[in-house]
Amino acid sequence: MATASSLRAAVPATAPCAGLRSTSAASSVRVAPAARGGRGRLVAKADAPSSATASKSDGHELLLFEALREALIEEMKLDPTVCVFGEDVGHYGGSYKVTKGLADMFGDLRVLDTPIAENSFTGMGVGAGMKGLRPVVEGMNMGFLLLAYNQISNNCGMLHYTSGGQFKIPLVIRGPGGVGRQLGAEHSQRLESYFQSIPGLQMVACSTPYNAKGLMKAAIRSENPVVLFEHVLLYNLKEKIPDEEYVLCLEEAEMVRPGEHVTILTYSRMRYHVMQAAKTLVNKGYDPEVIDIRSLKPFDLHTIGNSIKKTHRVLIVEECMRTGGIGASLRSAIIDNFWDYLDAPIMCLSSQDVPTPYASTLEDATVVQPAQIVAAVEQICQ
Amino acid sequence: MAAAILRRLTVLTPAASRRVAPLPLPLPLLARGISDSTDAITVETSAPFKSHIVDPPSRSATTSARELLSFFRDMSLMRRAEIAADSLYKAKLIRGFCHLYDGQEAVAVGMEAAVTRADAIITAYRDHCAYLARGGDLVAAFAELMGRRDGCSRGKGGSMHFYKRDANFFGGHGIVGAQVPLGCGIAFAQRYRKEGTVTFDLYGDGAANQGQLFEALNMAALWKLPVILVCENNHYGMGTAEWRASKSPAYYKRGDYVPGLKVDGMDVLAVKQACKFAKDHVLENGPIILEMDTYRYHGHSMSDPGSTYRTRGEIAGIRQERDPIERVRKLILAHDFATAQELKDMEKEIRKQVDAAIAKAKESPMPDPSELFTNVYVNDCGLEVSRPHLVLRIGPRIAELEWAKMNK
Repeated sequence: MATASSLRAAVPATAPCAGLRSTSAASSVRVAPAARGGRGRLVAKADAPSSATASKSDGHELLLFEALREALIEEMKLDPTVCVFGEDVGHYGGSYKVTKGLADMFGDLRVLDTPIAENSFTGMGVGAGMKGLRPVVEGMNMGFLLLAYNQISNNCGMLHYTSGGQFKIPLVIRGPGGVGRQLGAEHSQRLESYFQSIPGLQMVACSTPYNAKGLMKAAIRSENPVVLFEHVLLYNLKEKIPDEEYVLCLEEAEMVRPGEHVTILTYSRMRYHVMQAAKTLVNKGYDPEVIDIRSLKPFDLHTIGNSIKKTHRVLIVEECMRTGGIGASLRSAIIDNFWDYLDAPIMCLSSQDVPTPYASTLEDATVVQPAQIVAAVEQICQ
Repeated sequence: MAAAILRRLTVLTPAASRRVAPLPLPLPLLARGISDSTDAITVETSAPFKSHIVDPPSRSATTSARELLSFFRDMSLMRRAEIAADSLYKAKLIRGFCHLYDGQEAVAVGMEAAVTRADAIITAYRDHCAYLARGGDLVAAFAELMGRRDGCSRGKGGSMHFYKRDANFFGGHGIVGAQVPLGCGIAFAQRYRKEGTVTFDLYGDGAANQGQLFEALNMAALWKLPVILVCENNHYGMGTAEWRASKSPAYYKRGDYVPGLKVDGMDVLAVKQACKFAKDHVLENGPIILEMDTYRYHGHSMSDPGSTYRTRGEIAGIRQERDPIERVRKLILAHDFATAQELKDMEKEIRKQVDAAIAKAKESPMPDPSELFTNVYVNDCGLEVSRPHLVLRIGPRIAELEWAKMNK
């Protein structure tokens, strides 16, 4: 394709986040030198140790939900317009304890216990955002936000545009989603794909305590509405994070494990299935490069492109449904931009287009498992 | 002599300066007889206020010559603008949906008279006159309707998306009822920041059956938000009469534990009285519902003739008996604040003003093609030209152009 080849040298040298105010001094740290390895070198833990190595002091260990809370507390202390809306976020402390203690610290108005009325309290968040506040709206489960879809799509996403730039909606919409442990179909939804077409929204998915805190802070500081996807099964992940303040870049992907043979693009919980598969793959002599894309909208084509230029093979591993999923969009973005670099068709492993069943064996079969990832890499690398 | 006339024509006084000057109109000097007096007069509203779990305000409204004339002028301007929009639509200069407000002017004008620009107003898609009442520019309004660059939303919103942030006018919303929670959110922010201001949250009889309205009302009452829910009841939700859609069309009572007032929405003084009362009420007590009994002469939108679900007799009857502009005209004439001829001349001037605004709006060009991509995000993050790898998501052809631009 003539068009694509004229773009061969296109990937610019500048990092994507230049100029965005979301980065600060201790920002978007990529993989520290210690973890970058040659062939056969494994990353021992599932998540990148970049955080602790880069920090000047010892850092402190915490769980992912505590990291989210730390971010919220820091931002609420810094900026009095930051407030939280949601069901049971206040006195109860949050159904996943992300907002535990916040109501005592900041009061009932800033940590607002809403009735069960997602459509209207999301709408209220949008209105408050238009009037200068910075609400963080929690869906107790991402699935419940389907009730607020009109508000998220039409008002949150579009008002900046339809008002010709007059109003901004600096909302953060967050909550746990994904397939859990036999929570049933309606509480095990993967909604990234539903929101991705909404113009005006940004979407990020956190996967480690380090990136959870950094992304939460960045999302709160962003002038755009940001949907932050958390995962029900990742709240108790433990990691050491820096003591000093840091904010990550919303649009940047995270290099989890550099490699040479294949680029594996993933996000959220599937990152861990990928890293588990990576152990097996390394033992079989493969050298996968694993990137946690983190930014679901827009994609960080800078990082992704550089990787594809190196490995020429792509596997996408995601938890959302096959049909119209993040993987589907990512695949077409890669084809549009990096066709000439590909030596094999892009493979995409997604979860099945079914409601999540209750039975544990069926539930396991709904999402992508490490064995399938290993098989896919073997196929691509033939 | 000239100085005296100029003094009478000046509209800004200490009392009125909190309320920004009414719609600009270069009054010709031949209107020398029009009274500009601010002496208070008392006028009875058309009917007493009906109320639900609250003591209604008195039906004696205070006004003045100056105020009545500004009402006449503002409502006439709105009427003329909406009729002109009708012609522009038929001439295919306005496309898509166009919902006209003629007949309902008293609600926008009376409300504005009761509040300041620090108070917030949000409404649905029948928003042209609310925009004008908030100090919106006539040229920008017509330019927006025609999708031009100088439109109040840069041509990207259209009829249903007029906003004016510096006047706390929050639009302009296409989905029925979705603006009601937004209005409660704005009131939440007002309470959060202890501003001492209120939000007027407008919706129609059709939207009155939306679940999100009751959700929002519950929260507003729970947290004592300074929000006034205003139901502009024009008795038809598009083509369905209120009694066919609502088990209880007494919208002012539907708040249950939230008080309500029923107001003659065709009487600008009643509207002003009720809004003043409501503003004081909500700052102390939390939300209240105002049901404005009003009427639209046009159909629901320009696609609806408006006569299949109601009789022409009914429309003519309302025009004859309850027209808001005629009501004020009669008041002005009865008090001898101006002569019939002077008022007619004023209307002629207004017509010229509207025509001039349309002519100016027509000169505005279509938006630049690059405007397709601006304001999607703030700072256009995600679609910055300086980051071609993100621009490339739009498609190879555009990417090629952008890349060529970057590499010149």
